[in-house]
Amino acid sequence: MDVLDIARWQFGITTVYHFLMVPLTIGLGVLVAVMHTMWVRTSKPEWLRMTRFWGRVYLINFVLGVATGLVQEFQFGLAWSEYSRFVGDVFGSLLALEALLAFFLESTFLGLWIFGWGRIPKKLHLASLWAAVIGSIVSAYFIIAANSWMQHPVGVVVDDATGRPLQVDFGAVLTNNTALAAFSHTIVGSLLVAGALLVGIGLWHLRRRKLAGAPATEVDHAVWRRSVRLGGVVSLAAFVLVAVTGDLQAKLMYQQQPLKMSSAEALCETEAPAPFSVFAFGKLGSNECDDVHSWTVPYLLSYLAHGDFSTAVPGVNELQEEYSAVYGATYPDDPSFGDKAGEPIDYAPVLAVTYWNFRLMIGMGVVSAGVAAYALWATRKERVPTSRIGVYGSLLAVGAPFLANASGWIFTEMGRQPFVVYPNPDVPVADQVWFFTAQAVSPGITAAEVWTSLISLTAVYGALAVVELWLIVRFVHRGVTTGDGAPAPGHAPEGTPDEDLPGGRDATDDDVLSFAY
Amino acid sequence: MDLQTLWFAAVALLWTGFLLLEGFDFGVAALLPVLGRRPADRHLMLRSIGPLWDGNEVWLITAAGAVFAAFPGWYATWLPALYLPFVLVLFGLIIRAVAFEWRHSHHTERWDSTWTHVITTGSLIAAAGIGAALAATTLGLPIDGDGNRVGGPFAGLGWPALLGAVAVLGFSLVHGAVFLALKTDGPVRLAARAFARRWSPVAALPLLGWAGLLQLHSGTVLTGALWLVAALAVVVTWARIRVDREGQAFTAWAVVLLGSAATVFGAVYPVVVPSTIDPAFDVTISDASVSNYTLTIMTWTTGIALPVVLGYQAWTYWVFRKRLSAEPGTPHAEPVSA
Ligand code: HDD
Ligand code: HEM
Ligand code: HEM
Repeated sequence: MDVLDIARWQFGITTVYHFLMVPLTIGLGVLVAVMHTMWVRTSKPEWLRMTRFWGRVYLINFVLGVATGLVQEFQFGLAWSEYSRFVGDVFGSLLALEALLAFFLESTFLGLWIFGWGRIPKKLHLASLWAAVIGSIVSAYFIIAANSWMQHPVGVVVDDATGRPLQVDFGAVLTNNTALAAFSHTIVGSLLVAGALLVGIGLWHLRRRKLAGAPATEVDHAVWRRSVRLGGVVSLAAFVLVAVTGDLQAKLMYQQQPLKMSSAEALCETEAPAPFSVFAFGKLGSNECDDVHSWTVPYLLSYLAHGDFSTAVPGVNELQEEYSAVYGATYPDDPSFGDKAGEPIDYAPVLAVTYWNFRLMIGMGVVSAGVAAYALWATRKERVPTSRIGVYGSLLAVGAPFLANASGWIFTEMGRQPFVVYPNPDVPVADQVWFFTAQAVSPGITAAEVWTSLISLTAVYGALAVVELWLIVRFVHRGVTTGDGAPAPGHAPEGTPDEDLPGGRDATDDDVLSFAY
Repeated sequence: MDLQTLWFAAVALLWTGFLLLEGFDFGVAALLPVLGRRPADRHLMLRSIGPLWDGNEVWLITAAGAVFAAFPGWYATWLPALYLPFVLVLFGLIIRAVAFEWRHSHHTERWDSTWTHVITTGSLIAAAGIGAALAATTLGLPIDGDGNRVGGPFAGLGWPALLGAVAVLGFSLVHGAVFLALKTDGPVRLAARAFARRWSPVAALPLLGWAGLLQLHSGTVLTGALWLVAALAVVVTWARIRVDREGQAFTAWAVVLLGSAATVFGAVYPVVVPSTIDPAFDVTISDASVSNYTLTIMTWTTGIALPVVLGYQAWTYWVFRKRLSAEPGTPHAEPVSA
């Protein structure tokens, strides 16, 4: 493999890994803040225990999100220096603003929340968690605005001297319709992750307590029951919203990246009305569109793309020809294209990847929604399910929305190949900016260097995953009362009226929730 | 002042702020095996930086982000030229971050000591690596006219990188010790004072050397004066810690860094990546910068946001201002005196 391929693998692996933590941070952050708010408002002990328990899971996950995010920040410069030069006028400022407006908020106020138990006034303490959670959401907005600008570059003109984009309208970059759609889709997708976690773990604990004969009058029972109910409702709502926002994205994709849409559908020839493919067979892997056949639902793709049942959706073959005519049939014979110089360009992304990741994303979302519906039904009117299949199935399904998120991104990112900055079809070709992935990689680095970092990063990430999972499983297994996150006696006494602990009091060691010593 | 100069100053300020803040948590972590003789002492040391290290680290992210945002040409030349060293720094930061969290997630003596060592190792690697990278981008990298590194993966690692590594390590160690003297009580405080007394004069030499080299090469009268201030501050630090005035020693040691960093960045301006191959290949702020439109937007947003950020960060430092102690009988005794 040449530097380009290794660097792509490295980016894909590290980013997908980072995005395992991210949706949990975003989604669980919101829910823990809700729990904490409920505790401050009602003083009910179960809300405090929920806050401490889920808060601890949130923090264990957060740290790994920080550690892997650091790699992302540097990666654009390390392996993609030509990309960084090309997009610099737009992209870097979004990253810097993310750090300035979001990361400071997240990290500073999270530190305050962790160490603030019993030290700062109760309401201020709650507000610091909300500040951190808002920080995460703001961070998601800026980074997605950056990503969406590569999918749909707006607010720029071509600089005649350098051929690079020059930013002329920052407002347009921030209100890019692609960004607004992707941001809302990602946030609700994150809530689905958190909801599924609450459901899966809550059901498991409920069942275990029931089988062990623990009375349902104990606080812990209320903890798990409320977790399941909250998680179930959030998941169902998130699923509906994910479908609505996803539909919005599909309509934008039809205008902005039609090849991604037809590849996601393995639609070879233009059809009107276009059917939605449910299951494809034949030689998807050969990337020869005409070898593929599928079972289809008539009219549905026309609806997805344009909101009616008759619009023509262009096929891969026709679009390939259009793109070759405009952007060239072969890469320029220029050393900056590396091994690809002079080679023919395939404008269709890898069909099997786009096709199956699109279906995996939606399918795993459906699984999560199904599990949530089951959980709500099985816990109706104070019931506790003991079905082994139901409960363990729900526990297993905690992974489903993680998979959905990962496949959503893989679909989005690989579906825009061979471009790293996709030409924006809303402007005349002469004013468009675009950049091929083949040009983006750092020219000065050697394959050996990127191999070294790819292998060592993957190995370290793998080891981190093992320890992390072990810690989380152990912690979750212990439950609320005996876990590390159990409320320290004497502090923030459960159920007592809303009296602020004296500001000067130092927290004891056990009182410190996490992170610290 | 034109916007490019303003942003050069902003980037310099962010890197300096990063060293000033994360410097003490690097230092505390590196001193764990030296000053933390009993488990309770190590625990205390880690508690002193617990609420602060993550916020400090964001200064690094912001500094790197600002380099990318204002000078993509700098970012895209500097990082690939030092590809492997930067990757090593990332590893240091990764293992350090997870070790802070994992160390107390399980309670056996081996687990505890393993992750304590990891925190120390990660911090040493990160401090040395960032020092090396900063020295390389001010003292010179072997780059050609296209900004590409010449000479293979290790070509960027000459004596300037080594000097920078030692400089940042030396600064951080004493900075961490003075911070501990200021922030804790009991045996750790005494040991930290003794460490700072013994090492502060020596530890500043590489940093002053780095700044001095740049001063000789391209300094001005102003940067020369700043260098003298830094050198003087070393003496003040040493004198004040000897009489146990920890707050004043801490301030003076901060001035050592501020003066040296101002000399370094002031002398190297307007070059951001000097080439050791041919001065004609130097990358300057105007080669590397984004458009004035983008700089203007960043100036406005930063001008509004940065004071707010500084305000709430300062406030958290104030919330956690209390002196910490490992002795069960004498918790949080006297307030910090400056
Ligand atoms: C949709 C949201 C999202 C996406 C697409 C990304 N991130 Fe991320 N990132 C977050 C959402 C997030 C977060 C929720 O804010 C994190 C995750 C966990 C965490 O601790 O904060 C975070 C952490 C995080 C950190 C550490 C912040 C700290 O120390 O507090 C950095 C430097 C980055 N990210 C950088 C990136 C880059 C350069 C990305 C592009 C490839 C990226 N992230 C993708
Ligand atoms: C929002 C911030 C993001 C930005 C700015 C971004 C940017 C990039 C860049 C520059 C590349 C390398 C060039 C290329 O191969 O086309 C890339 C590739 C890739 N990204 Fe993203 N990305 C982002 C988020 C994500 C996320 C969250 C994921 C997955 C969880 C992801 C998955 C991938 C994959 C799988 C590739 C490799 C694709 C390939 O090389 O074929 N990206 N992205
Ligand atoms: C239920 C129906 C769904 C539809 C119709 C849908 C639609 C889409 C579309 C069209 C895209 C590609 C956007 C582009 O490349 O321009 C996308 C991306 C994505 N999807 Fe979905 N999706 C659905 C469910 C889900 C679920 C359940 C999750 C996760 C829990 C999810 C997470 C993502 C993510 C993370 C991305 C990449 C980021 C982005 O572009 O927003 N999606 N989705």
